Amino acid sequence: MIPEAELKRRLHELFAVQNLAVLATHSEGQPYASLMAFAATQDLGTLVFATPRATRKYANLLADCRAALLIENRTNTTEDFSAAMAVTAVGVVQPIDLPADSPLVALYLSKHAYLQDFVRSPSCAVVSLVVERYHVVDHFQHVTEWHLNQTS
Amino acid sequence: MAPKSDKLILSLSDVSPAQRDRVGGKAASLARLQAAQIPVPDGLCVTTDAYRQFLASTDLQPQILMELGRKPLGEMRWEELWDAALRIENLFSRTPFPRDLKGALGEGIKARFANRPVAVRSSAVGEDSKQRSFAGLHASYINIRGVRNILTHVKRVWASLWSDAALLYRREIGLDLQTSVMAVVVQELVQGECSGIAFGRHPVDPGLAVVEAVYGLNQGLVDGTIEPDRWTLNRRSGRLVSYDAAQREQIVVPTRAGVTLRSTTAKQKKTPVLADDQVTEIHQLVQRLRRLMRTDPDLEWTYRDDTLVALQARPITTAPSTSRDERPWYLSLRRSLGNLQSLRVRIEDEAIPAMEAEADALARVDLTTTSDHELQTEITERQRVYRRWEQVYWDEFIPFAHGVRLFGEVYNRLLQPDDPYEFMGLLTAQSLRSLQRNKRLLHLAQRIKRRQIRGAALDGELDKLFQDFEHPFFGLGHQAQDRERLQQWLTRLASSMQTPPSHVTVARNQLEEAYFAAFGTDDGETARDLLDLARASYRLRDDDNIVLGRIETQLVRALEEAARRHRKLAHLELCQANTDEVIRALREPAYQPSRNPPGRKKASPSRVRARQLLGQPAGPGLATGSARVYEDTDDLFALQNGEILICDAIDPNMTFVVPLAAAIVERRGGMLIHGAIIAREYGLPCVTGITDACTLIHTGDRVTVDGFLGIVTVERR
Repeated sequence: MIPEAELKRRLHELFAVQNLAVLATHSEGQPYASLMAFAATQDLGTLVFATPRATRKYANLLADCRAALLIENRTNTTEDFSAAMAVTAVGVVQPIDLPADSPLVALYLSKHAYLQDFVRSPSCAVVSLVVERYHVVDHFQHVTEWHLNQTS
Repeated sequence: MAPKSDKLILSLSDVSPAQRDRVGGKAASLARLQAAQIPVPDGLCVTTDAYRQFLASTDLQPQILMELGRKPLGEMRWEELWDAALRIENLFSRTPFPRDLKGALGEGIKARFANRPVAVRSSAVGEDSKQRSFAGLHASYINIRGVRNILTHVKRVWASLWSDAALLYRREIGLDLQTSVMAVVVQELVQGECSGIAFGRHPVDPGLAVVEAVYGLNQGLVDGTIEPDRWTLNRRSGRLVSYDAAQREQIVVPTRAGVTLRSTTAKQKKTPVLADDQVTEIHQLVQRLRRLMRTDPDLEWTYRDDTLVALQARPITTAPSTSRDERPWYLSLRRSLGNLQSLRVRIEDEAIPAMEAEADALARVDLTTTSDHELQTEITERQRVYRRWEQVYWDEFIPFAHGVRLFGEVYNRLLQPDDPYEFMGLLTAQSLRSLQRNKRLLHLAQRIKRRQIRGAALDGELDKLFQDFEHPFFGLGHQAQDRERLQQWLTRLASSMQTPPSHVTVARNQLEEAYFAAFGTDDGETARDLLDLARASYRLRDDDNIVLGRIETQLVRALEEAARRHRKLAHLELCQANTDEVIRALREPAYQPSRNPPGRKKASPSRVRARQLLGQPAGPGLATGSARVYEDTDDLFALQNGEILICDAIDPNMTFVVPLAAAIVERRGGMLIHGAIIAREYGLPCVTGITDACTLIHTGDRVTVDGFLGIVTVERR
């Protein structure tokens, strides 16, 4: 069992290095996955991403705010089976459309400054996923869960 | 850690041939000349390390990659490349220097030049080698003064690594999105009495060499504004073969900041720019350079106080070109303010009045009384007239319309706006002919809706409309059924109209104030000239097709007369492109013209569909509606209120339906295409440059147009 402090450190390290995550939404039970640039808050309680409003994922999130993000560090080699780490964040998007002056928007742009024009576009929504739990997979099938709202 | 300024800046005298990859071709060549004791202007080189550091510390690299990754460069029209280059230059312009880099560069520049005027020139890696030397792909600036100003121009030269011309010739110069870098030469400005270019080998006859010279700076010669005196010499002996004197009317001189055109003095007008011994001295320098460089050089030179100074030298090369290569023509569209002003006078005072007079004269001819033979002659003559004016359209109208580009570049450099198209706000809401027509149509539709007009009065109004605007200006021919069609459409427009759309009112005053303030009081006249030219250029861009359309109308009128007489022409579309078919049908009684190929493509069912298409944002806004794909006039008349117009290429004759549309998507890209112009005028979301828009989107699809980001989302119905 990884201690919580160590788990947090590992997640911080992974989230700092990785730019992209896979977002999972659904429409009437049909899952849908999308590749997204993301950023995480310091307490790891919120993950932020941005999407144009005319997309399937945005429509799916409007219909159901439950979502998941997969962040991983695979290198597409056989070493991945032992060395790669994959983290699934499960939670709800809330709110779906952050105001432009939100600190979360600033946080997102501090990691992805090159997306400034995209994010500032009136047709783009910045979305925050409030994380309920993380599922951390390493060493092929070693899975650790971290429930953020649960008191120990 | 603070950067080491000795890596970022090198004195030309310290540059060794091994450093070519860090200093670029131009700096390496100047250093070589200096080492050979040939007088060159004192200078330094801002190395590629500085460019790399600027990109690495500012997040510019991913932004450039995103900009150029919108679609494959090979699929971009030249206008789209220009748009991309404009946006990239704006990115550089808006991105401030990191403090340590600014400090290191500023220190080196200040120590060398203090407040003396300099030239800031590109020195691309790979440029000036024998295979990759093309003039004019990257930027150079003359008469720049002060550290801050010099650094601003260093950024502009960096941005020109991604200029439209460089992107156009990307294969030849080996431009690589990931690895290409740019060095910059900053040189003392040599204000010579006369300047020029010398070619060690004549482009056509290798036995000859050429010296070209102008009074003052050679900027005007390089950009083609000023015609030079020209000496053609025997390449080996240097003996004079021929001398061609220029008119010598203008001269480029430095101003407080930059350069300007002045009239030459009476003495300059009548005196050849160079004396014989100077021509010989230049030719001898060229011969010396040939031995040094082991190839025939192209030398830019100037005379200061009777001393010949080499400004730059490189191997003679020209961009490889075939008759089908349109790139040299595209590059020729880059014109100076003076050149565009002369073009404007020619177009507004000569070409357009002559075209209108010719169209009026043709309109007066009564074709119904002609014999078949006379009609055939008339059609041939009208075709000749049309082609002559069509050539003028390409040679003069199109280059002039690109005056908007010049304005955009100047505006963005001065004001550094967040939106690189902000300057368009100063050009829109003018009285374009297409807008005048639309206003009349909407007014008529409103009167129909209010039951204020019908029957004979409506007929009379339509007559007036057709008198004031030509029939093709409504996507129509002259036949009675076409007129009826417009009347029916107007009725439908009236019934579906909710609130009449109006022009976007742009905060022009605010923009104008900011624009003139940025120029300052001393340059107010230049600011006014530029804006005036840009407005004329923008207007003509939409109106030019209409003027040419008036000539075409008269050709079509003759074709319609032929069709009226001969049933075998009844099925033929009567347009300029089918003129030869009509002539042949008149000349050969037995000839049956071929039917036009069926235009409407049937969409084949496919399991692979477009969902989201990335193009260029050309009109801000977001709209969702049903798609109406334009293939022929039937589609225009079928457009319903709130539908989204999808077209391959739209011209002002089709834009009468735009007030009904919720958004426009066009296959062609570029900010000067008609779809983008009309969308801007009506404040409609618009995305351009969607490859295969008309085949990937089908009439009836539900489409969302994101004119902010240039995205079109398609939902198949």
